Amino acid sequence: MKKNIIILSSVIGLAMLSVVGCKPKNTSNATSADAAQKVYVAPGKYDEIYNFVSGGFSGQMSVYGIPSGRLLRVIPVFSQDPEKGWGYSEETKPMMNTSHGFTPWDDLHHVQLSKTNGEADGRWVFGNANNTPRVARIDLSTFRTQEIIELPNSGGNHSSPFITENTEYVVAGTRFSVPMDDANGDVPINTYKENFKGTLSFISVGKEDGKMDIAFQIECPGVNFDLSRAGKGVSHGWFFFSCYNTEQANTLLEVNASQKDKDFVMAVNWKKAEEYMKAGKGKKQAVRYAHNTYSEKTHTATSELKTEVLVLSAKELKDICYFIPCPKSPHGCDVSPTGEFIVASGKLAAVIPVFSFDKIQKAIAAKSYDGEFDGIPVIKYESALQGEVKKPGLGPLHTEFDDNGNAYTSMFVSSEVVKWSLKDLKVLDRVPTYYSIGHLCVVGGDTKKPYGKYLIAYNKITKDRYLPTGPELSQSAQLFDISGDKMKLLLDFPTIGEPHYAQACLASLIKDKSVKMFKIEENSHPYVAKGEKETKVVREGKKVHVYMTAIRSHLSPDNIEGIKMGDEVYFHVTNLEQDWDVPHGFAIKGASNAELLIMPGETQTLKWIPTKVGISPMYCTDFCSALHQEMQGYVRVSPASSKVPISFSLGAK
Amino acid sequence: MKKIFVILTFASILYACGGGESKSESKTEEAVEATTEGSEGNVNPDYDPKRGEGKFTAETVKIGATIDAAMVTDGEKIQSVKCSACHKLTDEKLVGPGWAGVTARRNPEWIMNFITNPDPMIDKDPVVQASLELCLVRMPNQSLTDDDARHLLEFMRKNDGVK
Repeated sequence: MKKNIIILSSVIGLAMLSVVGCKPKNTSNATSADAAQKVYVAPGKYDEIYNFVSGGFSGQMSVYGIPSGRLLRVIPVFSQDPEKGWGYSEETKPMMNTSHGFTPWDDLHHVQLSKTNGEADGRWVFGNANNTPRVARIDLSTFRTQEIIELPNSGGNHSSPFITENTEYVVAGTRFSVPMDDANGDVPINTYKENFKGTLSFISVGKEDGKMDIAFQIECPGVNFDLSRAGKGVSHGWFFFSCYNTEQANTLLEVNASQKDKDFVMAVNWKKAEEYMKAGKGKKQAVRYAHNTYSEKTHTATSELKTEVLVLSAKELKDICYFIPCPKSPHGCDVSPTGEFIVASGKLAAVIPVFSFDKIQKAIAAKSYDGEFDGIPVIKYESALQGEVKKPGLGPLHTEFDDNGNAYTSMFVSSEVVKWSLKDLKVLDRVPTYYSIGHLCVVGGDTKKPYGKYLIAYNKITKDRYLPTGPELSQSAQLFDISGDKMKLLLDFPTIGEPHYAQACLASLIKDKSVKMFKIEENSHPYVAKGEKETKVVREGKKVHVYMTAIRSHLSPDNIEGIKMGDEVYFHVTNLEQDWDVPHGFAIKGASNAELLIMPGETQTLKWIPTKVGISPMYCTDFCSALHQEMQGYVRVSPASSKVPISFSLGAK
Repeated sequence: MKKIFVILTFASILYACGGGESKSESKTEEAVEATTEGSEGNVNPDYDPKRGEGKFTAETVKIGATIDAAMVTDGEKIQSVKCSACHKLTDEKLVGPGWAGVTARRNPEWIMNFITNPDPMIDKDPVVQASLELCLVRMPNQSLTDDDARHLLEFMRKNDGVK
């Protein structure tokens, strides 16, 4: 030890070195020379692929064109969105309803395109609400959220909304185990082992209309369920969930849930569970959950509170659930295109284990078990294992597949994508990402027939990739060409929220079905005005209903008098346009709630409580024509005691 | 001389993650071996593993025979705000390794370089890379000033029993 006098180190005036973090080593990542050409989509031309990307903590889902990386739309799902009036108009507010009341902001992590025969069919896309557990179904003809179902007995709906190969079920596994809803939940938190349970919800999806219903739940031991995937092909009828915190810790999980060398993948025989359900083996449980649906006929959402769910016990019904040991804290749990292999990625593990469905079946038949965990048999690791991908990198998270028998695993800690062969589990290629990749997406990468061609990395850290925008930066996705032996970086593109999982499919599956407008004659909104002749203002006590229409370029009526302080005024605005891309907007001064955005043929309602006596201007907020700026009107607000009668007009001299 | 707390022994430092690290040498070697194939460029001829990478050198960091109490007081404050969420003062790993013994195993300039300039060192220093395989969390840059770093070093020395 140096024993000198203490003197402050001389302060060298060097500024702190750059704060750029998590930079992989090979930062000399020249994109290939033809990258620009490969992502160039000429003006007026379409992208080849739709990419549906979770909006993370924004609660929404965004839609990008690939290969250009152009943002096409943000679909509002679990959060209010002023750009679309979602969750602000009286018609859409019920979509945000939960058993806790109005819940205007959630956290959407994963997306799943509906499937037929294990391939994307372009009908719906599902998203999960991670915080207040829910699953949403978005219609891909309107790109609108059509249905949201809440999940009882659940906390943190993370392993969701993964679906079976014919969209028989959307699944939802609870991240947080919690006491069941019908039990007394007022218990000490450190009684986790005794009182906390995990549930897996199986939500049936109507074949034609997509309507969701919780068919049954499976009650499981209290652990954290992380991600899941349905079996397909040979493994159709099974579901696989990754589980962590098998330590059953209830505090400082960062440390306490990383103690064991192995956690589990849980294999669930859902066909068997379905049989048990039909045989009446489930128990009806009193719960409360909201089920919200949006009608494109009434242009209105309804929220229904449901009070019962059917629960099957994994412990009692012996042959539904099996644990398979899996090295540390598995995240991704991905099934190969043929359904033969289950790739589990332990985010703290040094290998990627690949399990064989066939071996799992044989192990179950031979009872090749390593005891039980909370009443559930634990299959011997070796008995289920096909092999391990050795030295893949650090922090394997999630795997998707291409059309040539290759797998691609994201490596969070070493910030790279690793390509390996399903045949011999050998690493073939690796490419750095900027920075710290979470999920990845290969086009059709979770289906029976992956399309391949592109891989998109969704990164957790952006740092220096774009022009800086203060402490909060754009999120970062990266497009790779995977058509050759070597993965090639083509493009960075910014995304909203924090992208977790995303899916992509050929645009041809969806684009020709796009709804262009709503037929006015089919509008069955209770306050619709089908033509200006039906516009009126009706007082019902303190409530005033304005049946208003909007067409280029006037509102009808545009002069309204007789509104008094203390009134609740409802502007029911019907957009009379019947052509594509002619929405109208509506705003009135002092509206403390919202504005409206109304699609052609649609009716939307703004509730307005005047706060001042005087004249309140109103106008169209969505540029609609050369005379858009003329699309305006006035509302006269009188004192509560006023005798001014209700009157309304358009074009009166 | 204040003998405030009975301090908690020696052991590992920021770079080694395991618990009590008497065995850290061999563990480290192994881990380095096991470093991913992807991290080529482990060989950095310009990198000095004794000094680390950053602005501090053996010449610029002056260490006294005894503890500077004022520096320790400041260092402790910084520790409680910027370090203690992840590092214990014992040899126990939390998110990163415990601090006990760090000053015995690493040079003062290495410590100060690492805590002020972690990213390049995480990419280059073999011991830090081995540690990353265990901890899986890159130590963040906590925007320490030069003085902060020096005071933290002094606090670490105190933690390691220097009077």
